[in-house]
Amino acid sequence: MSTPRVLIPDTAAAGEVIQIRTLIDHPMITAVSSDLPRDMLDRFEVTMNGEPLFAYDFYNGSAENPTFTFFARIDAAADFVFVWTHEDGETFTVERSVAIG
Amino acid sequence: MQMDRRTLMKGATAVVTLSLVTIPAARAETGAGVDASVEGILNGRTPSETGLTLDMPSVADNGAQVPLTITVDSPMTDDDHVTAIHIIATDNPVPEIGTFHLTPRSGKAEVFTRIRAADSQQILVFAELSGGDVLQAAAEVIVSIGGCTT
Repeated sequence: MSTPRVLIPDTAAAGEVIQIRTLIDHPMITAVSSDLPRDMLDRFEVTMNGEPLFAYDFYNGSAENPTFTFFARIDAAADFVFVWTHEDGETFTVERSVAIG
Repeated sequence: MQMDRRTLMKGATAVVTLSLVTIPAARAETGAGVDASVEGILNGRTPSETGLTLDMPSVADNGAQVPLTITVDSPMTDDDHVTAIHIIATDNPVPEIGTFHLTPRSGKAEVFTRIRAADSQQILVFAELSGGDVLQAAAEVIVSIGGCTT
């Protein structure tokens, strides 16, 4: 498991809607059509200044190395926390901040 | 409510997995699984077929990594925004692909991810709105190499 990658601008204009892209290396083994043990992420959650922004529930049809693009409206300087949670409870966390500029 | 449905889905996953191992003809039951998944999302509501766009290639060389973009025509305000977007496969061993959760803070109702498609099939998407309405869109994808290898 490498460190998840998050592409997000360092600064934004007040009121701007910014694009955020994420990628985590993960095999997402469903064990439906192989003898490998199941190894799946359960949920991806993003908060902005502590408030829910975006989330995704993973089911079997989610591809290996899950990647997402989504958006956030920046009204003020914002602290983002990105958390990937495995079905076994393990979490992977990335933090980023966007300043007004 | 959401957690209950999710728990149900996880249970359904286990049943489908077992039947695939023991009964080769289990694939024929896939349709019923799709119907149950869709009914679970709609919860008695009739979906509208406007305002929701599913952008996906019509031909996917690799079913293990099929890119899709979903866009909803929504102002994404506190009073009128998308709360959830569900992706359903009509011919995967397990119909549920994933569920997005959005908020007014999203600012724009557009999301991108990559999915697995076991075979050529129709992909369904449903968007739930804060006012209680639900939107539906669908697209066909032809898969050259199936995406269910793990």
